Amino acid sequence: MLGFIIQRFLQAVVVMAVMSVIVFCGVYAIGNPIDIVIPPEATEDIRAEAIRRLGLDRPLYEQYFIFVGNLLQGDLGRSFVYNIPVLELIGGRLPATLELVLISVVSATVLGVGLGIYAGYRPDSWVSKTIMAVSVLGFSVPSFWVGLILILFFAVHLGWLPAGGRGDTVEIWGVAWSFPTLDGLSHIVLPAANLALFKLAMMIRLARAGTREIMLTDTIKFARAAGLSEATILRRHLLKLISIPIITVFGLELGSTLAFAVVTETIFSWPGVGKLIIDSITVLDRPVMVAYLIIVAFLFVTINFVIDLVFALIDPRVRHGASA
Amino acid sequence: MSNTSTPLRRFWAEFRENKIAVVALVVVIALILLALFASLVSPQNPYDLANLSLMDSRRPPGFVGTGGYTHILGTDPQGRDLLSAILYGLRISIQIGLAAGFVSLTIGTTLGILAAYVGGRVEALIMRLVDLQLSFPAILLALVIVALLGQGKAQLIGALVAAQYAYFARTAYGAAKAERGKDYIEAALATPLSARLVVWRHMLPNCTPPLIVVATVQIANSISLEATLSFLGLGLPVTEPSLGMLISNGFPYMMSGRYWISVYPGVALIILIFAINIVGDQVRDQFNPRLRK
Repeated sequence: MLGFIIQRFLQAVVVMAVMSVIVFCGVYAIGNPIDIVIPPEATEDIRAEAIRRLGLDRPLYEQYFIFVGNLLQGDLGRSFVYNIPVLELIGGRLPATLELVLISVVSATVLGVGLGIYAGYRPDSWVSKTIMAVSVLGFSVPSFWVGLILILFFAVHLGWLPAGGRGDTVEIWGVAWSFPTLDGLSHIVLPAANLALFKLAMMIRLARAGTREIMLTDTIKFARAAGLSEATILRRHLLKLISIPIITVFGLELGSTLAFAVVTETIFSWPGVGKLIIDSITVLDRPVMVAYLIIVAFLFVTINFVIDLVFALIDPRVRHGASA
Repeated sequence: MSNTSTPLRRFWAEFRENKIAVVALVVVIALILLALFASLVSPQNPYDLANLSLMDSRRPPGFVGTGGYTHILGTDPQGRDLLSAILYGLRISIQIGLAAGFVSLTIGTTLGILAAYVGGRVEALIMRLVDLQLSFPAILLALVIVALLGQGKAQLIGALVAAQYAYFARTAYGAAKAERGKDYIEAALATPLSARLVVWRHMLPNCTPPLIVVATVQIANSISLEATLSFLGLGLPVTEPSLGMLISNGFPYMMSGRYWISVYPGVALIILIFAINIVGDQVRDQFNPRLRK
């Protein structure tokens, strides 16, 4: 087990190193940030001074090593535009995004697994067919369009829910959160629903496919023969058996939802990291872009690492496969 | 079964059995034709500023404008006839989707087959890169690339290709790897035929079915991704609005109840993506040997 953990950990470190090079080259090799930082009427001297101060006059590889060195000390540079440390900037926005992402992924999973098991358990009922039709919709309709329709229907037409912003927030450990207040909660419903729809569709399909397969196995037959109630069989045996693909997808989706939040946050003017990155891209604020990409990459790698560990804990085949 | 049954004909006979897929195919073809002949079909050239009048801006569907004809779907903030703008926008969306789809198909297939055929270091290098990229959401990659390259058709297609070629590479690699071990390839390689000829003449044709399936899905995805990027303001320049940009233009007016500016271009987009996906699903089912009776 220890060997497995070390092996996976080293893999994660290598991936992170490669990612940092790619991101750095990608973001620094193209475009000229000096034009944004320095006003066009600045003299040659001021220009040269600013270039030196930002370290942009050094060769690219040197800039990279300085960047990595700072990175390891937790310093991701300062924003060209806001002139405050990037980490502070992103850290201030992260809770809003995390709140949104967690609420959507968790509710999509709980709801999706429930509906999916039902659709797999009774594949021929009309309820199941409706569930599957809705899941197809969730897959092929672009997410920004769903967001628009949600706003049009619930905010403009019915006037039930607010169309944008975070609403009232509560400070917990010095961080502002929306979900504990009723007003904040009402602001979170639409963007969370928007973000959750695609994940919901995926969870339904996964759970349904798993259920249909497992209901035919001997495990279920024996459990029935032993006189267990259907509810117990579903809860104790089926849920356990379909959990592996669901946990994987849950983890992976946590990461990709962070990325999709960019779109949702823009539509619902949710003041999270996604909105920040879109703004940074339009003004070419490189340090913010690099930091965002590195953080997302780090999250992805960490999530993948954790999934591997959880796998090994649940499924002994993975453990032994790795040590053999 | 008729005596003149060619693979294509058999394929079509089976395709015809699924009525929904046939309808979807007809819709796709109709939309492509409408987009191709947009300049003949639409009542107005939405790119010709001389045709537009601000008097006509943001009028509801059915309004008779200064041009003297009815705006069936209303007008947008610049006073464009929305139906015309949608037809022209459809043209751009389809163009971008097809271009991005075919370039990714070419690059991805070449890399995938190369990796499977050559093996060793090349294989490891290409496939590691592809796997690494697949673990990142396509939208994020496209977003960053388009931000770096700037706005424009070529840049947008470049970003879509960079975000999507990996799917083709994975698929081609999987198929080619399976073909590589088969006897007919070994036999062909034993003849004096050049390796390149064997790969392109014998291996590639056997890898095409899964690639066609991925291609239909990815063309729909490209169109959807382009619309998303344009909606975020990172897609095409404003002078040639695609469907995504039309939706984005109408977004601020939705709050005041002028829904049509965003909703109708969106409906056109959804119909297009939906129809392509249904056709793709049917093709996938027909290529899937496990579903064969």
